[in-house]
Amino acid sequence: MSELVVRGLNKSFGGVHVLRGLDLVVPAGSLAAVLGPSGCGKTTLLRIVAGFEAADSGTVELHGAVVAGPGVHVPPERRRVGVVPQEGALFPHLTVAGNVGFGLPRNGRRATRVDELLALVGLAGYGDRMTYELSGGQQQRVALARALAPDPALVLLDEPFNALDTGLRSAVREDVRTALRRAGATAVLVTHDQEEALSMADLVAVMAAGRIAQAAPPGDLYATPSDLGVATFVGDAVVLEAIATAAGAQSPLGPLRLRDAAARGPGRAVVRPEQVLLDDADAGVVGTVTATVFYGHDALVRLSVPAPGGPVPVSARCQGLPPGVRVGDTVGLRVVGPVTFFPA
Amino acid sequence: MAAPTLDRLPAAARWRRPGQRPPAVLVVPALAAAGVALLPLVYLCVRSLDRGVPELIDLLWRERTLRLALRSLGLAAAVTLASLVIGISLGWLTIRTRLPGRRAWAVVAALPLAVPSYVAAYAWVAAFPRIPPFVGSVFVLTLCCYPYVFLPVAATLGRTDPALEEVARSLGKSRLATFFAVTLRQVRPAAAVGGLLVALYVLSDFGAVAILRYDVLTRVIYTSYRSSFDGTAAAALGLVLVAITLAIVWAEGRSRGRAAQARVGSGAARQYRPLAMGRGATAGALVWAATVAAFALGFPIGSLTYWLVDGGTAALDAGALGQAAVSTVTVSALGALLTTALAIPVGVMAARFRSRGTRALEQASYAGHALPGIVVGLSLVFFGVRYAYPIYQRTPLLVLAYAVLFLPAAVGAVRASVAQSPRVLEEVARSLGRSPARVLRDITLPLAGPGVAAGAALVFLTCMKELPATLLLRPTGLETLATELWAETEVGAYAAAAPYATLLVLLAALPTFLLGHRRRSATLDVPGGVS
Repeated sequence: MSELVVRGLNKSFGGVHVLRGLDLVVPAGSLAAVLGPSGCGKTTLLRIVAGFEAADSGTVELHGAVVAGPGVHVPPERRRVGVVPQEGALFPHLTVAGNVGFGLPRNGRRATRVDELLALVGLAGYGDRMTYELSGGQQQRVALARALAPDPALVLLDEPFNALDTGLRSAVREDVRTALRRAGATAVLVTHDQEEALSMADLVAVMAAGRIAQAAPPGDLYATPSDLGVATFVGDAVVLEAIATAAGAQSPLGPLRLRDAAARGPGRAVVRPEQVLLDDADAGVVGTVTATVFYGHDALVRLSVPAPGGPVPVSARCQGLPPGVRVGDTVGLRVVGPVTFFPA
Repeated sequence: MAAPTLDRLPAAARWRRPGQRPPAVLVVPALAAAGVALLPLVYLCVRSLDRGVPELIDLLWRERTLRLALRSLGLAAAVTLASLVIGISLGWLTIRTRLPGRRAWAVVAALPLAVPSYVAAYAWVAAFPRIPPFVGSVFVLTLCCYPYVFLPVAATLGRTDPALEEVARSLGKSRLATFFAVTLRQVRPAAAVGGLLVALYVLSDFGAVAILRYDVLTRVIYTSYRSSFDGTAAAALGLVLVAITLAIVWAEGRSRGRAAQARVGSGAARQYRPLAMGRGATAGALVWAATVAAFALGFPIGSLTYWLVDGGTAALDAGALGQAAVSTVTVSALGALLTTALAIPVGVMAARFRSRGTRALEQASYAGHALPGIVVGLSLVFFGVRYAYPIYQRTPLLVLAYAVLFLPAAVGAVRASVAQSPRVLEEVARSLGRSPARVLRDITLPLAGPGVAAGAALVFLTCMKELPATLLLRPTGLETLATELWAETEVGAYAAAAPYATLLVLLAALPTFLLGHRRRSATLDVPGGVS
């Protein structure tokens, strides 16, 4: 059963068409990441789902019921949608427990539930603190606990890790992921950080030009992007002119095995840098090293490969910087594994 | 023809707007607030048409009307001009030169705001009973009003970029030519706003001109109401005064618009290096600043002290003083309470639900800004006699007058403090199941609380100083500090008036002290108190 179904959403702000017929389906219990560059309308989508904003047309269904659509606007307080805004937005005049318990009815169960949630986000015993006594990461976890407390049908997270420094970010991300899983919540995370989307989500929806270009599990999205835009937006990509034949595709990097064996004719092949292996220079395809970039856990070797239409840039990802590779060297290249092909 | 799809329908037919519409719990009281604010203005028009249009025209079409209007305008012009000279010169001396003790002088120059104009008038009249009415009025009002020019001018001079003046000097202009060509241009918007505030204050001032016996519109409205049973003539003159005030307010609004355009860039990149003056110029400047301070502060304080000491304990009626203090605090607290209660819905809507409707409501609540206290008092007297007799000459009607007069200040405070807390907090509260009304109660108001309370305190202190509306509307037998001072001064009992005057100055000093602290944030936010 799908928890959130969005269909044909349109929204303009003063002549700027932000959402253009956006569709999105999020299955119950999963975490979906909406990935797109800043200003692409991700937050607008979130605000419409939460009920803070009305779309110009389209429908939003939650848990099988239409909450927004022609003639329908269920107010935010009756949608059962929890929200974790950027920078937490904790109520400054309430304690941590006051924040977490804000959405709970005043009864005997309240205190127990607050303790439960604080334990869930790893902040047991912090209930009496004031929010300004917390670090950024702790504030973000309190915001999550507050959103989860009334047991919402859906939790929306709007770039919740933006304000955190890099070191803290991955730790908080993991905590949030764990808490969401343990709560069994359905969640939509909006982010412009592809690493965040790919590492956290069950489903990544890439947003471009006001609609979802592709929604798929992270692995599928990376391996089989639906178009060139998604391919280059998600992860590094080497794009090569190629001609598909029955025996694979002919390209400046030699013959390529295609995922879609039935493809024929000219087009473009997308090769991931980790599929490009460095070899001895006497192998079939050679390239000239133009730069090397060392990242610690791996390294990127940038090369220039001769092709009929002039040299093309190619990147190869290696585990550590291969010894003896210098700028200006000529090395052999080999592509392993199947690649994605887009006919022209 | 294509089948109508969802996309082709007009937007309104497709989706209902979400919570951008203010909840009824705000709209209804806000409408009430706007109604209260507009009541005196509307009823004044109704009342002056009581005997028909020809009669009204007959009443207004007299040489006396024109003479009074010209007198009011003449007084306003003279005081404004004098205030501009004092305000700009002191602003420049304290901010831009190395005047010895310039920071202390800047504080001293703002202090006369703490002297209600009728207290200053009392101080001068008590010392010089034969002071000519026009000269005395110009003198007293200028010394009370020039801070309205000084404060914005000093703030502007402190933040404008000195580079412009340096360029002018490098292009061969003398220091004096630079002052006129560049510096004055820079302060012109601030000086214009301050000057218009002064004009507004003078036009609506009742206490000072009445004590100094200068017959301008406010005083004549009062005397003609007191001397005849029929108030139509007074109402007609009130109408003239409102028309003039509205014209001034309109001019102020336009000048503010222009002032905003005149500001380029986000402020000074560098601190201004104060100008070193020669020995002679320094001495002259010190004499000037000291003279202004002596007349505006030293003299009233000296006069008060003299009468206080002269009267001694014999003249001090401690019982009456205590009673007046208690009455003043009571009616002022009620006034502040009602004003704030009415201001909250308007201010919240103005901050959170911007639309044409809410803007109209907010504007209506500002009516008191253009209404002199004497006019509000008069209109409510008429209204009370005819339609609200049970509360006529009782506390509720007086409190209502305070609400009309000071609603603008309270709405401004509420609006600013609500706008300060991020809207996302309210959205989160909605998503956690709170209705708009409960979000207001649990989030918006608690967060805005301190700012709203500060606004209420300011209104409270302003109510305590209010004279003309209190004079007309106070319950029978109730005397406030201001009305006691008025009554004693009218019969020449200066020693008996002194304790009331002293208490009033002390009370008035509080908001001025707060205002002085906020001066560096450079917003011109002068309480709309008019006496």
